[in-house]
Amino acid sequence: MTENGQRARSLIRAAITLAAAAAVYELLARSGYFAPALLPKLSVVVTTLIATLADGSMIQHSVYTLYRVMFGFGLAIAVGIPLGILMARFTAVENFFLPLVSALMPIPSFALVPLFMLWFGIGNLTTILIVFYAATFPMLFNTWSGVRSVNPIWLRAAGCMGADEHSLFWKVIIPGASPFIITGMRQSFLRAWIAVVGAEMIAASDWGLGWVIFDAKEFLNTDIMLAALVVIGGIGYLFERLVFGGIERATVLRWGMVRSAKG
Amino acid sequence: MLPIEIRDVTLVYDTPGGKVPGVKNVSFNIGASEFICIVGPSGCGKSTLLNIIAGFLTPAAGEIRIGGKPVTGHGMDRGVVFQDFAQLFPWRTALGNVTFGLEMKGVAKAERETIAREQLRLVKLEKFTASYPHHLSGGMQQRVAIARALAYNPAVLLMDEPFAALDALTRDDMQRLLADVWRETRKTVIYVTHNVAEAVYLADRVIVMSPHPGTVKAEIKIDLPRPRDPLSVEFLECQKELLGYLGHNANANEPVN
Ligand SMILES: Nc1ncnc2c1ncn2[C@@H]1O[C@H](COP(=O)(O)OP(=O)(O)OP(=O)(O)O)[C@@H](O)[C@H]1O
Ligand SMILES: [Mg+2]
Repeated sequence: MTENGQRARSLIRAAITLAAAAAVYELLARSGYFAPALLPKLSVVVTTLIATLADGSMIQHSVYTLYRVMFGFGLAIAVGIPLGILMARFTAVENFFLPLVSALMPIPSFALVPLFMLWFGIGNLTTILIVFYAATFPMLFNTWSGVRSVNPIWLRAAGCMGADEHSLFWKVIIPGASPFIITGMRQSFLRAWIAVVGAEMIAASDWGLGWVIFDAKEFLNTDIMLAALVVIGGIGYLFERLVFGGIERATVLRWGMVRSAKG
Repeated sequence: MLPIEIRDVTLVYDTPGGKVPGVKNVSFNIGASEFICIVGPSGCGKSTLLNIIAGFLTPAAGEIRIGGKPVTGHGMDRGVVFQDFAQLFPWRTALGNVTFGLEMKGVAKAERETIAREQLRLVKLEKFTASYPHHLSGGMQQRVAIARALAYNPAVLLMDEPFAALDALTRDDMQRLLADVWRETRKTVIYVTHNVAEAVYLADRVIVMSPHPGTVKAEIKIDLPRPRDPLSVEFLECQKELLGYLGHNANANEPVN
């Protein structure tokens, strides 16, 4: 099958899954067991979604949230990849950071929100730092594993061919570890996306998708809450499929370093 | 194209379970452009010796000189081909793999691609320059590895059982191809194998090693005209002689492959 045919098919499959889930939801909403205010019909949610997109408010909230995610995610990459590489290459760095990382990693980022609020106040800084905290560890851990799993025969072969430390790093270690680094970016983005919504609920003022959900609760606006959830899911899905899927297709899948899905 | 002197080379592996002898007091000379095969039973130190020559391991005693210069680490006077197909960089095309050494040398892009294409032509892969390694068969990958090791023009080519993981038919083709490549390039080659027919087919001289500890047991000159015919009486005689040194029953027929 051609690559395009394959992609079209996977899109169709995704559409079928989503349509089925929507149908189940609609049946529940129309069953009459639940108050319409708590479980609004899909048509209501869609109308609200279109209205809030059209007046620009939902877009503006999304832009705020995306800004915080990309900032925190960018910081996580800037710290996680180099530190992961250093840990894998130098035992001293590993010995120093590993206990610290192991102790910090299990702390849920959400549990840090109140503390960060006291330290950094309400707004962008706190949410960005929470995102950064949540996203750094998967990036760090995957990079660390990736560099350690670079096939030693590549290093030997490159050494024979006169590679210096600089070339070894950029032309062997980074591409050699790329399947792990890409996995790290995926997990890291997912964590960032989850963390930002939580952090915005508590620590953001007036803007952001998390704040929209939290604010809508005050007025029992379940349609707005659900519309915001659709946007959150939609953006996450687009990043996963287009950005990370695209990076993967252009690199490790093309190089045969990871196998594409079976079939 | 450079002569190699190996003098009293000894290496002992330090393992948690105690000291394991790798090679002991190995000495022999290799002439410029000579094709040497090292044969011996598994564990006799063939790979250890090759890794010392390549500069990956430092001997506890003795020394190796290439063109008169002592070996202190790996260097671009030697090209290495390993047994493992995974030696190629999966993220580079066949051409990209072959240009790597030239890139490290600082050769300009256009020139290094011309050289790499020429090397790939030498191993009959000119049609596959743009393929990534995972789209090539095992034999093709090993040919890319040979082209890659030759591209930056080392004087010495070191090969550790490069065809051992291939099927017998492909292996025959590869041996013929390597013999042709050697005739054209006249590199000094050290080739490790435990296949006697392969050694007789390729080598000017065969070094037989014996284990525990790894030492040189015999050196046998193969005085057959090239290209060699593996079914000729002289070829089989050579093979029989070699098998004798390896402690096999000389009448037992090892399949010629
Ligand atoms: N990294 C190592 N650590 C400890 N001992 C080793 C190591 N590599 C090899 N040895 C030991 O050194 C001896 C020689 O091994 P070597 O790999 O050189 O043999 P070989 O002739 O290449 O064998 P084969 O034909 O199986 O490849 C063996 O006894 C082996 O167990
Ligand atoms: Mg070996």
